[in-house]
Amino acid sequence: MGVTVKALMKSPWVFHVSAGGCNGCDIEVLDCLTPRFDIERFGAVLVGSVRHADALLVTGAMNRKSAYRLKELYRQAAKPCLVIAIGACACGQGIFRGSYAMVQPLDELLPPGVVTAYIPGCPPKPEAMIAGLG
Amino acid sequence: MKILTDLWAFLIFPGFVFMAVLGMLVSWIDRKVTARVQYRVGPPLLQPLWDLLKLLGKETVVPRGASRLAFFGAPLIGLAGAVFVGTMVGVAMFFGEGFYGDLIVAIYMLVLPSLAIIMGGIASKNPLASVGASREMKLIVGYELPFILALLVPVIQSGGQLRLTGLLEHQYANGSFAASISGVIALVVVILCMQAKMGLVPFDQAEAETELTGGALIEYSGPALAIYKLTKMLMFYAVPMFVVAVLWGGFGGLTAWGIALGVVKYLVLVVLMTLIRNTNPRLRIEHAVKFFWGVVSVLAVCSVVLAAIGTYLGIEWM
Repeated sequence: MGVTVKALMKSPWVFHVSAGGCNGCDIEVLDCLTPRFDIERFGAVLVGSVRHADALLVTGAMNRKSAYRLKELYRQAAKPCLVIAIGACACGQGIFRGSYAMVQPLDELLPPGVVTAYIPGCPPKPEAMIAGLG
Repeated sequence: MKILTDLWAFLIFPGFVFMAVLGMLVSWIDRKVTARVQYRVGPPLLQPLWDLLKLLGKETVVPRGASRLAFFGAPLIGLAGAVFVGTMVGVAMFFGEGFYGDLIVAIYMLVLPSLAIIMGGIASKNPLASVGASREMKLIVGYELPFILALLVPVIQSGGQLRLTGLLEHQYANGSFAASISGVIALVVVILCMQAKMGLVPFDQAEAETELTGGALIEYSGPALAIYKLTKMLMFYAVPMFVVAVLWGGFGGLTAWGIALGVVKYLVLVVLMTLIRNTNPRLRIEHAVKFFWGVVSVLAVCSVVLAAIGTYLGIEWM
């Protein structure tokens, strides 16, 4: 494992993208930052600017409005940047599959191989997210 | 030979490498203390190093329409300023060397990292970054006045010394400036200004993660951001060390006991900054400027007047 990859794994700065979720996963993402779970133990910090991000935490089912914005955000991020799908909706559109408001699942929208982790659950537990991040 | 020793001083000890190692250690202490205050566990010891390595391995996105020269030049200017001031303070403390007026040069150099943030913010062509840069400008205008006034106190007490080594020798001979009333007031003022200089809460309006999402640094990524982070770590070494040297007795004469005491003073300042930053909310920018031009400036003027009276009449405790 090269130094670059090791350093990337040791300090993944995460940026939180809500792509039309019901807010359940978003609250569970914030749970990871609380004293009980504290992802800073693993070097992960929540950053405010997508330019600083190493991993986009995407929640939600990716509707027509948010798909364009997610693509734009991914384009703006400094590479290498990973995308982590959080929750059943982001992994495979969940209960919204086939809805008229949906375009494509997350991993078909972005270039292939970019989505590196799928964390299922509705919403997933913070432990599961930490396991997916590591 | 002179050039070689100078290069050694700037690049290795007490310059860049030494400062970087200490700065990373101290920024880890800062994060760990923050975490403990918030009842968390906090990052591991090598975290600042991993952060820097990771940023160095990423690409730097230059925003469309940004000025490339200023965008990449700004972080380097800030880094150069931080290294320069750290080296000057280190050389004065460890080797007792310096040149006439280096106190004034140090004050100028301490502004460079802030200027770099302004320059980078404006160069990156982002409205939030411009707001951050303008706030940083106002903050500099605010804190520089009391900072320089407070630094007049040691100059007056030592009878017009403008050399760092002169100030240190005066303190080795007569005890630290902070042992007098004016010195204590000046130290308080300088600690508050230091907080603003380092851009820590309550004076982090320029970066303001929650409103400006990184402020002036919003467009920076990869190695350029790494240099900004490194500059901040170096300032974590340089600024408290400068305060210890100028106002708080330095290393007390380079004995083992003196050095240990100096390190303790330095750590006290660092932990104090961290605690202030964790127990206060961010001020609005106009409140920050009002605070510095009001209460803090009045305190600084008081300390200067007290120091002048004390020195004129020969009263040591004033």
